[in-house]
Amino acid sequence: MTTAARYKSRVFKSEDSEDKQYVGFATLPNQVHRKSVKKGFDFTLMVAGESGLGKSTLVNSLFLTDLYKDRKLLNAEERINQTVEITKHTVDIEEKGVKLKLTIVDTPGFGDAVNNNECWKPITDYIDQQFEQYFRDESGLNRKNILDNRVHCCLYFIPPFGHGLRPVDVEFMKALHEKVNIIPLVAKADCLTPNEIKKLKDRVRDEIERFGIKVYQFPECDSDEDEEFKQMDKELKECTPFAVIGSNTVVEARGQRVRGRLYPWGIVEVENQSHCDFVKLRNMLIRSHMHDLKDVTCDVHYENYRAHCIQEMTSKLAQDNRIDSPIPILPLPTPDAETERLIKMKDEELKRMQEMLEKMQQQMHEKDTC
Amino acid sequence: TEPDDISREEKRSLSLGGHVGFDSLPDQLVSKSVTQGFCFNILCVGETGIGKSTLMNTLFNTTFENEEASHYQNGVYLRPRTYDLQESNVHLKLTIVDTVGFGDQINKEESYKPIVDYIDTQFENYLQEELKIKRSLFNYHDTRIHICLYFIAPTGHSLKSLDLVTMKKLDSKVNIIPIIAKADTISKSELHKFKIKIMSELVSNGVQIYQFPTDDEAVSEINSSMNAHLPFAVVGSVEEVKVGNKTVRARQYPWGVVQVENESHCDFVKLREMLIRVNMEDLREQTHARHYELYRRCKLEEMGFKDTDPDSQPFSLQETYEAKRKEFLSDLQRKEEEMRQMFVNKVKETESELKEKERELHDKFEQLKRMHQEEKRKVEEKRRDLEEEMNAFNRRKMAAETLSLSQPLKKDKDKKK
Repeated sequence: MTTAARYKSRVFKSEDSEDKQYVGFATLPNQVHRKSVKKGFDFTLMVAGESGLGKSTLVNSLFLTDLYKDRKLLNAEERINQTVEITKHTVDIEEKGVKLKLTIVDTPGFGDAVNNNECWKPITDYIDQQFEQYFRDESGLNRKNILDNRVHCCLYFIPPFGHGLRPVDVEFMKALHEKVNIIPLVAKADCLTPNEIKKLKDRVRDEIERFGIKVYQFPECDSDEDEEFKQMDKELKECTPFAVIGSNTVVEARGQRVRGRLYPWGIVEVENQSHCDFVKLRNMLIRSHMHDLKDVTCDVHYENYRAHCIQEMTSKLAQDNRIDSPIPILPLPTPDAETERLIKMKDEELKRMQEMLEKMQQQMHEKDTC
Repeated sequence: TEPDDISREEKRSLSLGGHVGFDSLPDQLVSKSVTQGFCFNILCVGETGIGKSTLMNTLFNTTFENEEASHYQNGVYLRPRTYDLQESNVHLKLTIVDTVGFGDQINKEESYKPIVDYIDTQFENYLQEELKIKRSLFNYHDTRIHICLYFIAPTGHSLKSLDLVTMKKLDSKVNIIPIIAKADTISKSELHKFKIKIMSELVSNGVQIYQFPTDDEAVSEINSSMNAHLPFAVVGSVEEVKVGNKTVRARQYPWGVVQVENESHCDFVKLREMLIRVNMEDLREQTHARHYELYRRCKLEEMGFKDTDPDSQPFSLQETYEAKRKEFLSDLQRKEEEMRQMFVNKVKETESELKEKERELHDKFEQLKRMHQEEKRKVEEKRRDLEEEMNAFNRRKMAAETLSLSQPLKKDKDKKK
């Protein structure tokens, strides 16, 4: 069953209203649907990985458009000392009345220089900046038109030429796994035979677990889902990391025009499930889990950032003893009586010591002036 | 003078009246070299997993034993392995040097160093052998690298920054043939653009790669056409797949079979032709005549050798060597003297320091002794005082006692009255 069909089976049908016990709130899903179509959706996707792994081609294939016209690629010489940039492309796309504001965040230069120490810092800074921006907006007085620029998902491209994850891959994912949903992908999968793909996937999964990297986990499906869906879900989970191929060109294969890559020995079809996992990725990313990615970003990553931010601020303020911040301090959870007493005691002690210090300073000052 | 006479004498060509037989000279040379055996050393530079071992296996149609390398090496290190191969009656001592860990570190600024050091060490070893008094060059195992295969990752865009930096460091020391590895991931049109981009980047950065020689008419045509196909886009495989009614080495994908020896699929056949079947000997020659000579000249110049002395008379190596040796020895002696002097000085210094300390301690001891005596005297005085007081007290006591004793007598006397 497709996702659309699954959804439709849950939607309230008007025949049910004949029932006299019927109250009517079963229409809520319809209302939600209607309102969301009107409001429109937004999604921010980040792509990261070394140059030449097919990131732009994959994005074009995913969204069936050409986002990267006229881009300039640097020479090898220029890349020796290249720094990582963050570039954003925003497009508005529409399908069956549903509007999507899609932002693709690109990271040109990642991993391209000879010395890549901390090359992920601009990226983590960018993500934190978006969080901070949202935090300020959320705490502001006028919250009508908050722009959500937070990164909802990061596709990380792993080169298929090696034996698994490399140090730069591990460091990058560890720096980002608590800030953004990471979906690792095996790039340019048309360079691997089916056996090699399986070996590489097992290797990468092992290494992800061994290094403690928290990649995006698909949510467990509800127990009341049908078997077919559960089976699909299981297959999806066992297939990670997805081995993908992208293409900017349309070729003729088996009598149809499809997106693919033409080789002397055959044609690789991007949407052929026996050739690569592109379809699985697209379904997961766009058709079924896009909203879950946004939810996890809001509920987990952003909340972690926010809590961390507030704790830091209040601890700093307690030291400074000055209330001087643009963001209003929201009340902390009330501590129990014991801790309050201790805090009071310590506060008084501190006050006394400060007074003593002041007195001494005065004395010294008088001595100097005498 | 004599040498000038000989050179000014004209060389005359004579025609032969019959077959003499020295046209067998090349054959004699060949049979000698076949008896000696050949030696060839390949250096494979490329990131981990790019297909170096597989390509070697495919080129030589055998399986060289190899473990998969890990991505987590701390640095780059070179792993040479020597094998004895034989084809018909020709023996080949093949050494394959692998670069383990290349391209894996986050900071790759020092990655080229172990490679350059290894190449230089092989040159140095040969130079040492050449300079020996008793040398045996004819059975010296030549480990100098004859060819460096540089594996470029098939990104389809351009060279990586690491590739450029490394090749620039290597181009004056070794013959480089750049190859595009895992080329079955690039389509034909992309490949054409990629090759052009790579070659233009190499040219614009002044990287000298090995050019197949075109001066020998027998092979100039094929060599010059091959030069135009650089870098070779190769695919390696030791697995066999049945295609039609033949079994060929290939890679089997769901969408087709990439045949390694099919020239429309990849340039493997071209690489094998050029590397092994046509130009192997030229590679060995270039290594010896060009790269090694350059190294040798630089090294000797560093040591101070010159071909001609200030008077432009040719120097002999022996004289220069003797002069250098004397200089070196006197240098050594001087340094020894210096160090000895320094040592003596240091000893003197420490000695005087120790003496000083000793004196100080002695003084302190005297002082303490005096203080002690002073204290003792004071204590003695006090004791005497105390004794006197005690005596005085005792006397008073006795006086008091005798008085009290005499009192009752008085009383008695009074009573008696």
